[in-house]
Parts: sequence; structure tokens; C-alpha cells
Amino acid sequence: MSSDSIDIINAFALLTNFVILPALSYGSQLALGALAVTLVYSVLRFSNFAQGDSMAFGTMIVILLTWFMINQGWTISGIPTALLVIPVAIIGTAIYLLSMDRLVYKFYRRVKAKSITIVMASIGVMFVTGGLVRFILGPRPQIFADGERFIFSVREFKAFTGLEQGIALKTSQFLTVTIAILLVAFVFYFLQKTKTGKAMRAYSDNKELALLSGIDPDKVVTVTWLLVASLTTIAGALYGLDKGFTPQQYHLLLLPIFASVIVGGIGSPLGAIAGAFLIAFSEVLLTYAYKKFLIYLLPLSMHPTSLVQLIGTEYKYAISFVILVIVLLIRPTGIFKGKVLVDE
Amino acid sequence: MSNFDNIWQSHKTIISFTIMAILLLFVGFNQSWALVLGIFNLCLISAIMALGVNIQWGYAGLFNVGIMGFAALGGISVILISQQPVAEAIEVGGFKMLFALLLGAITIITGVLLNRKGYNKWLIALVVIIGYLATRYYFSNAADLIEKVNPAKTGYLGGLGMHVMFSWIVGGLAAAGAAWSIGKITLGLRADYLAIATLGIAEIILYVIKNEDWFVRGVKNVAGLSRPVPYEVNLQNSVWFQDMVSWIHSSSLELLPLADQTAQLSQYVRASSVIFVKLCYSGLFITILVVMIVLANLALDSPWGRKVRAIRDNEVAASAMGKDITRQHLQIFVIGSAIVGVAGALLVTYNGIFIPTSYQPLRFTFLIWVMVIVGGSGNNLGSVIGAFMIWFLWIQSGPMGLWVVDVISNFTEEGNTITEFLEDRVHFLRYILMGSVLLMVMRFTPGGILPEKNKEL
Repeated sequence: MSSDSIDIINAFALLTNFVILPALSYGSQLALGALAVTLVYSVLRFSNFAQGDSMAFGTMIVILLTWFMINQGWTISGIPTALLVIPVAIIGTAIYLLSMDRLVYKFYRRVKAKSITIVMASIGVMFVTGGLVRFILGPRPQIFADGERFIFSVREFKAFTGLEQGIALKTSQFLTVTIAILLVAFVFYFLQKTKTGKAMRAYSDNKELALLSGIDPDKVVTVTWLLVASLTTIAGALYGLDKGFTPQQYHLLLLPIFASVIVGGIGSPLGAIAGAFLIAFSEVLLTYAYKKFLIYLLPLSMHPTSLVQLIGTEYKYAISFVILVIVLLIRPTGIFKGKVLVDE
Repeated sequence: MSNFDNIWQSHKTIISFTIMAILLLFVGFNQSWALVLGIFNLCLISAIMALGVNIQWGYAGLFNVGIMGFAALGGISVILISQQPVAEAIEVGGFKMLFALLLGAITIITGVLLNRKGYNKWLIALVVIIGYLATRYYFSNAADLIEKVNPAKTGYLGGLGMHVMFSWIVGGLAAAGAAWSIGKITLGLRADYLAIATLGIAEIILYVIKNEDWFVRGVKNVAGLSRPVPYEVNLQNSVWFQDMVSWIHSSSLELLPLADQTAQLSQYVRASSVIFVKLCYSGLFITILVVMIVLANLALDSPWGRKVRAIRDNEVAASAMGKDITRQHLQIFVIGSAIVGVAGALLVTYNGIFIPTSYQPLRFTFLIWVMVIVGGSGNNLGSVIGAFMIWFLWIQSGPMGLWVVDVISNFTEEGNTITEFLEDRVHFLRYILMGSVLLMVMRFTPGGILPEKNKEL
């Protein structure tokens, strides 16, 4: 490391380990959350402020079930127990979200309330949900990851390649990216190919016409919440496995998720995913300290003395906000040209 | 039954305010007058804040989810205006900081101007990035210097050393400035963009306050803020106050033997000084609230108010009549946020201490919303009664929760896990309580306690 030579391979390995892999998994988690917001937005026509806290709710069920399973000794070695309980947790979250829909949102749909009124109701739901999670699990951090921590560790990677800098692939990162790809593929397949998915898109494009052609609105709404529950629970569980669980942190995820949705183009599922990765990479790239990276790339005389960090990590949530503002200023429709700019 | 209903319908305002007064008096007789005045003063501040939000939501249907941020802006202006400047810190890093901030401002202005002129986007990005890096270099340098000056006591630049009342106006202006920039970006787009943007800006304002120690000391808090009213100690030592207290309590004092009278009197003086200070604050806050309500109601009855309601009720028709909707919304958003900023400044002045970590979205954003909705959106007096009722409920729900836990623990053994669990978590039930109150009112009585009177019918 003290040598004067320029070492591109090690620099790249460093960047992969500390920037690319974390950003990929964080982006995938955001993408799932953003996709859930997009689904609610397109079918139910409101921005769901309760998304962050719903993710916390889903994760709470996962955590409780994981503790139970570990207590009972029902684990499979190597695999995080959380992964095994996700299907059950999805059912729990779905029941919760559907009952919230029946108790709260259904009324506003019936009276055809303005979308901003439903947004306010969703803030009420946000506080109820957040309160429930904090009441049951407490406000403190929880760790529920077990099983193998790494697919391959830094040491194994170094021994294998002989590089000075190692790359570690965390199990949670690998799982996040794999599951996210599968889930997104499933959602897109569902929306494009199945009859119910087509009904959902028709309902989203033109509600009156869809009702006229015999689409059952209750079924569309229920299926939407089921999809949202799956996305929400899985996104929350993966985020928790990767970074640990605190209710407040999940609540704050709302901002990057909304930023992803708007940057990508509100109402566009593809845009939500693209927006999520844009936000995730910006956050990680801007808060990473480039000192070591530059030491590999620059001759000795030009080695930096400071951390070379563009923005302090404490401001990482500000990044998504700034991106949001820039997009609203330059291209309010988002990258993928979302559907609506002004209220209908 | 219908008789009661008629009375309620025709005298709603009087009845609801009377009930509130009785509740407060009840607490006063049963607990203590200092406590009830404390609740009353916070009710007044909340009422001012709720009035600001009501102007945004009730007059124009603008959804501000960042009340916390605007209140915090009002709060820091108290420090920046009323605290004495820290001469040493200014000498060491003041000008460097000024230079860094100017550099930042120039960068932003250049970026905006180049964008308006339609230059290449990449060129603009390059200019902004270089400007940012230079700003950051000088900025962190200056911040380090300032924070090193006596970090245990100051470590920041201090304020301008002016009278604290001046900071209330500045607090309003600061909040108005932030609201203007947010409104300029998001108004005219979808309605929920404003909600999302205000949510974001509030969090960011608090991140800045908590992390920039050179600015308002970060999480180290700023205590001992100056007051617009006398201090208790000075009151206790002043002759006129002692005379007044002995005159008020003369009947009870005369019953005591002479030896006990002085001891009893000094006890009365101590208790009365606390109440007197709180009463002074009440007087100030009531004056401000009444002036604001009168102005707000006059505005609502004027042609301006008619225009505003017309826009709220039918944007398309209003814009067909040639009204500039975005401009009107921006105006209302700025006015409402300014009032929230003033209330934020009043709150910090009243507390005498600025604690950044006390700014929680539940307490500052959500609670105010519940007040507006419960009181009756669009009705200024409604938001006042809403503020009183909800703040009272909020303050009393803490002790009530603990009392319930206490009752439960009487039935269980010592060290029972369930009671420990409940004691630890019971205050989170307030989230659920307030959320449910909001949802119930929105669902079953969308007009609130005092619904808006439709003046056009």
C-alpha cells in the first residue's frame, strides 16, 4: 500500500466492497419499497405515507417469529431463520394492511375523497402503525440475523485471488439482490400476463371503464394490498438483515422511498426501480470516504491527507431530498415520465 | 334530546370553551395552579401553531407535514437573536465562516443563473461541484475553529444579543423564507409533492441543527435563554411583590402567630413568583393569539378570503375567473408557516432552553394536525379549541397511562414481566391514541368540533 505504483485492480476491489455491493443491496431494498408505494399510488390513487412504518410492522412480525423459531430450535444451519418465516409474516402484514384498508381507506374510496385527504388518513395510519411497533418491540435496535454471515469473507477472497484488498459478500447482500430480482420479476409477470394483473392495470388506467367492463373493484384492491404486503415485508426483512432494525430508521426510509418514486416518475413501476438505484448509489457514493481509493490510484506525491468524503454520513437522508428537489425543478415528471403532474 | 342538540348547535363555541375552562380549573383545584398555568401556556402556543396550520389547510387545502421544521427554525432564531455573541469564537472563525457561507451562496446563485440562461447542464454541474468543494473546505475549517472555543460552555458563535421579543419576528421570517423556497418548488405540481417536500425539509432542518455544533451547539442544547418577563428570584427579592403577596394572603397570615408569619410569607412568595411569571407569559401569548385570530378572521371575511375559499373549493372555476392559483397558494403557505415559526420561537422563549432532540414529528407535526382536524379545519376558533383539548389530552394521557399500569401492577406480583413491559412502553400508546383520534374524527365528524361556517350559503 505504501508503494508508489498505481493499482487499479485493488482500487476497484475496494470500491466493490464498500460502494457497489452495499449500494446494490440498499437499492434493491428501496426498490421493493418504492414498488409498493407505486402500486398503492396507481391502484388506490394516494401516496402512502405509512409505507416506512408498514415495513417496520412486517419486520416486527419477522423478528418475533424468528425469535420463536430459534427458541424452539427450528432452524436450518447456514440459512437465516428470518428467511423461513417471511411467508407467515407476509400473511400477518397482509391481514393488518387489509384491515386498515377496510377500517380507513375504504370509506374515502366510497365517498370519492380528494387524494390529499386520503394522504392525511395514511399519516394517521402511519402513527398508529409506528406506535404499535414501538409498543410491541420497543424503540431500541434489534438484531435478528443468524446463520452464515458471509457467502465468502474478505480473508477467503484474499487467499483466493492474492489481492491486497478483499471483497466480502454478505449473505444478506446476496439474498437481498437475488430475492429482489425474483420478486420484481414476479410482480412484472403478474401485472403483464395474468388476468388479475391486467385487471389491476385497467383499473389503474381508467377506473370507470374498468368497472364498466365488469372488473371487481374489491378484488383489485385486495390483490393490490396482498402484493404490497409481500413487497413491504420482504423489503423490511431484507433491510433489517442487512442493517439491523430500529423503528425510527424505518420511519425515515419514507424519504428515500418517495424520492425514488418521484425521481423515477410517479406511477411507473420501472421508474420506481431505476429511481431506487439512483438514490442508493448517490447516497453511498457521496458519503464514501475516497482516501484509500485515491491512494491506490494516485502517485505517492498526490496522496490525499483528508478523508475525501463529499458529504458527511449524518446527511445521507438529505441527499435523497436534494435529488428530489433537483428533479422537481428540472424534470417534474421524473426520468420515466410518470403519468400525472397535476391533480386530476 | 333534540332540545339539547339545538342548544349545542347554536352555542357550540361558548359551550366548548366553557367545558375546556372547567377542565383546566378542575386540574387547578386538584393538582396545582402552577401546573395548570403551564398547561394553559402550552395550549396557547399550540393554538398559535394550529392557527398557522389551519390557515394552510383550512383556507387553501395545503398539506404541510413539516411543521416540526418550521417550529425549529423559530426556535433557533431565539438563540441567534437573543444570546450574547461569543467574541472569541467570532474573532477566530467568524469571518472565515461568513466567507464560506458567501461562497456557498454564490455557488447556488451562479448555478441557478446559468440554468436560466440555458447553458450546458454538464457545465453547470461542474461549476456547482467545484463551488461546493471549495465551500466545504473553508466551511469545515471555520467550523472546527469555532467549535474549539470553550466547547463545554460555548463552542458556537452565539447570537446578536438583542431583545428576545425581536426574535419572534425573526422566527416568523425565517420560517417564511424556508416556506417560500419549498413552495416555489412544489406548489403548482401535485398536491402530495408539497407534503413530501415539507416532510423532507423538516427532517433536514433538524439534521443541520443537531450536527452543526458551531451554529446552535448541536445536541449540546442552549440553556439560559433571555426572557421577556421578570425572573422568579428577582421577584422574590423585590419589595412590591412581597407586599402584594402578603396583601393577597393577609387573611390567612393573620391567623398565624407572628413567629410563623415570615416563614409562611416567604413560602407564599416563592410559590406566587412562579405563578406570576407564568401569568406574565399567559398575558403575552393571549395578546399575540388574539391579535392573530382577529387578523385571520378579518382576512377571511374580506374579498381576499372569498377568493381563497373559491380557489380551495373549485380550483378550475377560480382559475377560469383569472385567479393565479399557484401564487395564491404560495402566499398562504408562507403566511401559515410564518405563524408556525413565531409559535416555535415563543415555545423556546417560554422553555428558556433549546433542545434539538425534543423536536419529534409526533409532538410537533402530528399533534398540531390532530388539533386542527379535531377543532374544525377552516375555523380559526376551532383550531384554538382543538389545540386546548388535544394538548390537555396529550399532557394528561401520560400520567393516565402510568396510573393504569399502576392499577394493573396492584393485581400482579412484584417484578412481574408484564408490568415492567408496560411501564417501559406505555408512552408509545400515545402514538396509537392520537392516530386513532385523527382517523375517527376524519371519518365520523369531518367538520370537527366547530365546523367552518359556509359564508356563501
